Amino acid sequence: MYGALWRTLPGPWWVRLLILLVAVAVILTALVYWVFPVVDQMVAPQDVTVNE
Amino acid sequence: MSDGVESSVEVAPRPSGRAAPLRPHRRLSVVGVIGELLITAGALVLAFLGYQVWLGDVIVGGQLNGEAVEQAEVWGAGYSDVPPSEAGDPSQSGDPPVLAAPANAVRFANLIIPRFGGDYYRPIAEGVSTSSVLNKGNIGHYPTTQMPGALGNFALASHRSSGGGNFHDRHQLQVGDHIYVETPDGWYQYSFRNLEYVRPTGVGVLNPVPQATGVEATERYITLTTCNPFFSTAERIIAYGVYDAFFPRAGGVPAEIASNVTGAG
Repeated sequence: MYGALWRTLPGPWWVRLLILLVAVAVILTALVYWVFPVVDQMVAPQDVTVNE
Repeated sequence: MSDGVESSVEVAPRPSGRAAPLRPHRRLSVVGVIGELLITAGALVLAFLGYQVWLGDVIVGGQLNGEAVEQAEVWGAGYSDVPPSEAGDPSQSGDPPVLAAPANAVRFANLIIPRFGGDYYRPIAEGVSTSSVLNKGNIGHYPTTQMPGALGNFALASHRSSGGGNFHDRHQLQVGDHIYVETPDGWYQYSFRNLEYVRPTGVGVLNPVPQATGVEATERYITLTTCNPFFSTAERIIAYGVYDAFFPRAGGVPAEIASNVTGAG
């Protein structure tokens, strides 16, 4: 899968590497700002109050 | 002879990592793709853990800090040239003002705790609803408890981890540490007194005199509740503080938090 992706990308190896690094940065940013906060609210302990 | 060997290598390349990118396309194997997807999933879970235990609270905490400071600047407009106030100023004697209880989920105060760092400045909103107050990063005020300045108990709840981690460093409070509640009128100063660990049903901590039933309050307390231990809801960790003084806005910001108030913007 990743091998095929690498072979599909154009340019010399450093251009491909650059494209991949940018793609990873974009994906991580999207995860941190939009996906992880939602997941966090589903898995993190939510109960911080005292009640009966 | 040697030519024949080379051409056969090009037609059917060995699965050598170094040679692979130069060779024509290899066929995708199902097992290979599944394996790579699993590795990817593992990396994502690791990234999420990093987010949950560290990066998320840094990002969300920074946003909350910015929002609280913005609010403080609105309240402080017109007082910017008042010099910081030292404890013991005569304007701090007498009964402090008592804020009217705001509507649910409305932000009405900021919490400032120097022990939690020079940039610790977090909004307090009315109510302790998970969805409308706490998950938006607010510190929530138990509506059944008193407002700051009133005789009795000003009780707050917030996340310890996630949602900004407002009460992440709760266990690091030391006796005598100051806790400030900032309202449009000024700053209420409390001194941290002790920690207590209770069951999730330990509502006695919310009494006007914490843990005392049917006793009329003659003092002003602050009570902070959050979950304990980290990433668990098995217990609650409670921090109590007692009221020291009120710093009216016209008298200047308390010197101890002057850098939080002016430097954080």
